Amino acid sequence: MNNDNLIIGGKEFSSRFILGSGKYSIKLIEAAVKDAGAQMITVAVRRANTTEKENILDYIPQGVTLIPNTSGARTAEEAVRIARLARELGCGDFVKIEIMKDTKYLLPDNYETLKATGILANEGFIVMPYMFPDLNVARSLRDAGAATIMPLGAPIGSNSGLQAAAFIRILIDEIDLPVIVDAGIGRPSQACEAMEMGAAAVMANTALATAGDLTMMASAFKDAINAGRKAYLSGLGRVLQRGASASDPLTGFLRD
Amino acid sequence: MENNYLVDSEFLSEEALKRKHKLENDPSSRTDHMEYMEGMEKIDSDICSKVMSQVASYDCGRYTAKDVSAALEHETCTIEDLKALLSPAAEPFLEKMAERARLETTKHFGNTVYIFTPLYIANYCENYCVYCGFNCYNHIKRMKLEPDQIEQEMKVIAESGMEEILILTGESRAQSDVRYIGEACKLARKYFRLVGLEIYPVNTDEYRYLHECGADYVTVFQETYDTDKYETLHLAGHKRVWPYRFDAQERALMGGMRGVAFSALLGLSDFRKDALASALHVYYLQRKYPQAEMSLSCPRLRPIINNDKITPLDVSEKRLCQILCAYRIFLPFVGITVSSRESARFRNGIVKIAATKVSAGVSTGIGDHAKKYEGKEQDITGDEQFEIEDVRSLRSMYDDITSEGLQPVLNDYLYV
Repeated sequence: MNNDNLIIGGKEFSSRFILGSGKYSIKLIEAAVKDAGAQMITVAVRRANTTEKENILDYIPQGVTLIPNTSGARTAEEAVRIARLARELGCGDFVKIEIMKDTKYLLPDNYETLKATGILANEGFIVMPYMFPDLNVARSLRDAGAATIMPLGAPIGSNSGLQAAAFIRILIDEIDLPVIVDAGIGRPSQACEAMEMGAAAVMANTALATAGDLTMMASAFKDAINAGRKAYLSGLGRVLQRGASASDPLTGFLRD
Repeated sequence: MENNYLVDSEFLSEEALKRKHKLENDPSSRTDHMEYMEGMEKIDSDICSKVMSQVASYDCGRYTAKDVSAALEHETCTIEDLKALLSPAAEPFLEKMAERARLETTKHFGNTVYIFTPLYIANYCENYCVYCGFNCYNHIKRMKLEPDQIEQEMKVIAESGMEEILILTGESRAQSDVRYIGEACKLARKYFRLVGLEIYPVNTDEYRYLHECGADYVTVFQETYDTDKYETLHLAGHKRVWPYRFDAQERALMGGMRGVAFSALLGLSDFRKDALASALHVYYLQRKYPQAEMSLSCPRLRPIINNDKITPLDVSEKRLCQILCAYRIFLPFVGITVSSRESARFRNGIVKIAATKVSAGVSTGIGDHAKKYEGKEQDITGDEQFEIEDVRSLRSMYDDITSEGLQPVLNDYLYV
């Protein structure tokens, strides 16, 4: 476990928990940083760009890397403009691309995401694209200069866990970039499962934001992520996929 | 049960009174409310027939407690489930509906609540809608703000910290034409991050123009989806044309608006059918325009100047809550706005269940923000559209939302 740091865009992180802040609250950020050990927080530029008295940017603690996201963008063009604006606002070079053309399910548009990734990577951004787990698109994103791949685990906000596990596993096996599971993680056990599979990190928001005791849930996530990571690094033993193996063979009644 | 809407003003001439009474008493003197008037764009759309065929066949007495329980257990709420949730059989399930609604709201919106304020820039109106304070036969102080006055109002509002504004006018193309409204949008973009419009319905090209001027979303209330009832309430003016109003949101989206908002004015007709129609209007339009931001409001009738007897009739707070929960369970992703027509107590409760947007610092009068916000004397102001119930300022709304454990949000969009 020594020096098991996550490296994105040349920057090292000892924490593998990323706080999503689509649904932000100041308390949530405090808990995520203090109790879940988050070193990366994504912030919607559309909400950060405010004159409000409680500007979310003022609440990002020192040492935490801010990852502006392009939520609200419906096309690659809009995402690119939001990313540039974020840079002008002093948010640094990281950008998480979120492009949705559907307000009901908020599923990412892989095609537009790929276009925006190419443009922004060329402009020197460290691009973290949120995507629907499709291997072909993931390869194209890598080739276009993405720094990570961020497949969704399940529909955003659903807290329903790794519904897309089979496809995420393929991305983890085939793409030599950090694969970060984003969206759908509702419980620490699901975060643990993602880490066991070999995800480089997990991102969560609703799971924490809607917890009864924020602080305790944040530390539960930290423990779960660490446990999953250790299990992955140690190499999992034999795990039965389904059922159990019968002690008497099922086919024992057959005669030669 | 019915409101008595008809009030004669002593200031009307004998001739005007005669015209008014004829419209009220002689249906044959009124135009065909289903016929488009000159200049009204007709679009090719099947949304209306889809919505109205569901509403026509809705028999709310048919649903039982079993249907309601089943609806609450389904992971995806179907149209049949929605009908059950809006039925009288669902009334004993209000707490359970609220629990489910809260879960859905939290999933999609977390703990955020958006705050905005309306700005009425003119109250001239060419329509005779019997329940509305702005109606052309109601004797009120009329006013239209000039651009410098609009800017002054906007400055006062912006200084209070507000970042989203909803610009409203009475429905008069003659007094408040599209150019005038467009200029107001341009001014609004200087002071606010998000600009919405609640004006008379216009054509696609006009929505496109207003979008280019800075408007981002359009609110149109259908008032009632019951066309026969609509005919008896909207006696004269272009608002009389029901189908042109119905297609307004779609024209707005075709004109490039990012979002559209819908509502029936509860208390005008059968509220269950009107609630069903509102929800289905959103549902079918969202399927056609999946990128659009959709939101629902739920205004109930309020007293107006010169008629303080108007009430929302059978739409009690509990029933309003039932409607809002049904909306939320059926359409988990849509914004739900609860205006200052409702009390502070109701709004504090409903933001924890289903509502995601509330107004604050509200005046429905014209040019009186400096007076209301800063206590400054303003001689010339225009009268209000209706009486509001919740008079909280932005600051007190912000603090109240925070103290309920929720996160107020003043801006949620970026013009790029």
